[in-house]
Amino acid sequence: MSLVGTSRSKFKFPYRFRVEPRLKQPGWLSAVISLGAVVLALIIGGVILLIVGGNPLRAYGFMAKAAFGDLGVISDTLTKATPLILVSLAAVIAFRMRLWNIGAEGQFFIGAFGASAVVLTPLLPPTTSPWLMIPAMVIAGMVTGAIWGFIPGFLKARLNVNEIITTLMMNYIAVAWNNFFIFAVWSEGGFQMTPQFPKSAWLPRLTDLSSQIPAFRGLTTHLGLVFGLIAAVVVWWILYRSRWGYEIRLIGDNPRAARYAGINIVRNTVLVMMLSGALAGLAGMAEISGVVHRLQGAISPGYGFTGIIIAWLSKLNPLLVVPISVLFGGLILAGREIQPSGLPMLIQGIILVCLIASDFLLRYRVRLTSRVEEA
Amino acid sequence: MDAIIILQAGVASGTVLLFATLGEILAERSGILNLGLEGMMLIGAMAAFSTALSTSSPWLGVLMAMLIAGLLSQVHALISIQFQADQVVSGLALTFLGTGLSLVFGEGLSKAGAISLLPSFSIPGLVSIPVLGPILFQDQSIMVYLGYLMIPLVWYYINRTRPGMHLRAVGEFPAAADALGINVARLRYFYVFVGGMFAGLAGATISLAVSPGWFSQLTTSGQGWIAIGLVIFAQWDPIRAAGGSYAFGALRRLILDIQGPTKLFGLRNPFYFNPYWGFFLQMLPYAFTIIVLIIGSREAIRKRLGAPAALGLPYIRGERGL
Repeated sequence: MSLVGTSRSKFKFPYRFRVEPRLKQPGWLSAVISLGAVVLALIIGGVILLIVGGNPLRAYGFMAKAAFGDLGVISDTLTKATPLILVSLAAVIAFRMRLWNIGAEGQFFIGAFGASAVVLTPLLPPTTSPWLMIPAMVIAGMVTGAIWGFIPGFLKARLNVNEIITTLMMNYIAVAWNNFFIFAVWSEGGFQMTPQFPKSAWLPRLTDLSSQIPAFRGLTTHLGLVFGLIAAVVVWWILYRSRWGYEIRLIGDNPRAARYAGINIVRNTVLVMMLSGALAGLAGMAEISGVVHRLQGAISPGYGFTGIIIAWLSKLNPLLVVPISVLFGGLILAGREIQPSGLPMLIQGIILVCLIASDFLLRYRVRLTSRVEEA
Repeated sequence: MDAIIILQAGVASGTVLLFATLGEILAERSGILNLGLEGMMLIGAMAAFSTALSTSSPWLGVLMAMLIAGLLSQVHALISIQFQADQVVSGLALTFLGTGLSLVFGEGLSKAGAISLLPSFSIPGLVSIPVLGPILFQDQSIMVYLGYLMIPLVWYYINRTRPGMHLRAVGEFPAAADALGINVARLRYFYVFVGGMFAGLAGATISLAVSPGWFSQLTTSGQGWIAIGLVIFAQWDPIRAAGGSYAFGALRRLILDIQGPTKLFGLRNPFYFNPYWGFFLQMLPYAFTIIVLIIGSREAIRKRLGAPAALGLPYIRGERGL
């Protein structure tokens, strides 16, 4: 036995992997590695699909067609991308300061509630001009979202309460809060939904222009997409062109240096959480005013959580958030019709796992070296 | 509305949180924050139910749950230990991954018929203790009794044994542990795996004992996150964790049962006559988690307690840490 043991320990694989820190990263590397991670994730997802008895190629082909096959579904994809852009921006601005706001889902729901309250309480009569109604709903959605972000932000800043748990708990509270209003207060004839909003509370859609441009008939893309694009530019400007953004980035990179530089971390924590909540709240407003046209329970297939993945995939770049949100919008759109129903969630999970694992390759290089050479 | 019955069911429901919390404490004591608890519990619940269904053996279900959740935890271990990635994001990714996997593999399980559950029994002798006897020892699942055993065992292991000392060393000061010849990475892999197995056990306790069945994400309904909150409240101490877990279990049961009777303390039960007020009751466990966190954080500041010093930090030999 011992003989076998020694002979085995003497045998060495002639090559081995060496891991060494990268001294500098070429600019293209990050993009290539992220792309590789996504491709790898799709392959892994395909293998799992094979295991449960599906046909991955057909499933992916079907999803691509269902998301980008013709003008109509592209428009639907953009509609799905709209809330994603906004919640991803919410994640980006908070994550940049290393504030883990994973409560975008709850802020989305409560923003939808705030916007609905304007219409259903009603704070404004149904005959109000859309020029007043829509801005009022935008403000209400953003303010309620900001309040939902303020609570964990304040607790984090003042009492050092872990914001990951508080934002997550606030998600469940927001859903129960909305359900109370959907079931008990604003229920339409006992159904689990509120009455439909008056037309004045609808965000204009491309199809509304079909009398002038016939090609737009049936297209669901709504004004919320413009909100998302504006928000992306604004968040980019705040982060990279304003003094406030400099403070946010400095706190994120090196909180100790930021404190020595006299930056008010408490105030910034609260403000960033409120802005983050406001963006997610705006997403909720856009979704019910642009798509659902009433408040009901199932208004989000987990937008808030997908936003976290998009934020990470975009490397916290607000402008990159837009195209990536479109891709994920397609994934969610196509995923609705695909079996098993958990598949989009699974693919998102695998993408995120591959993505953070691949960051390692950004910081280190792995080389295959020959042992003979070393000796 | 019998207080004894509610507390009895609360202990059972709290056992789920107890297992999850104990596992997370072990992983965090080694320096690895694993936010994937919810995903690991979910896949544990799914694996347990599915195995028990196809083999008609709940015991195999428990084993499978622990194994699968343990394996899933190694994804997080690999990313955070080997690849030195941010543990917060990696843990979130693990929750997505675990949830997605359990939804895909659990497709159709919710329509499955009845399965044989883990046995429940009373402990003769102990059950006749007034008040506590019926609450703790009457007709409880075997998992509940296992939970009672685990509390002192885990406490003793962490605080009074040599491997437990190594565990704490790795979590508090990995460089010193490394210098003493302790393999930091290997211990961390191990305790993340143990944490995963506990999470799987918690999942199996749900789907095979406390509320049998498979209800997609509603099976755990955020209990993994509550457990992570409880770990902070418990200041990484198994005994405090047990108290918190059982209290939350009792709260969950109370919320379910309070809506049943027409009279409460001789008064009209408002929750019976306004069933929609139940939504506010549903908020309570989550609101209480926040309150409990506030209490824990204040106490940590006052007593200068805190998380394991190296929690969330990758250990790279030769680099200045801490």
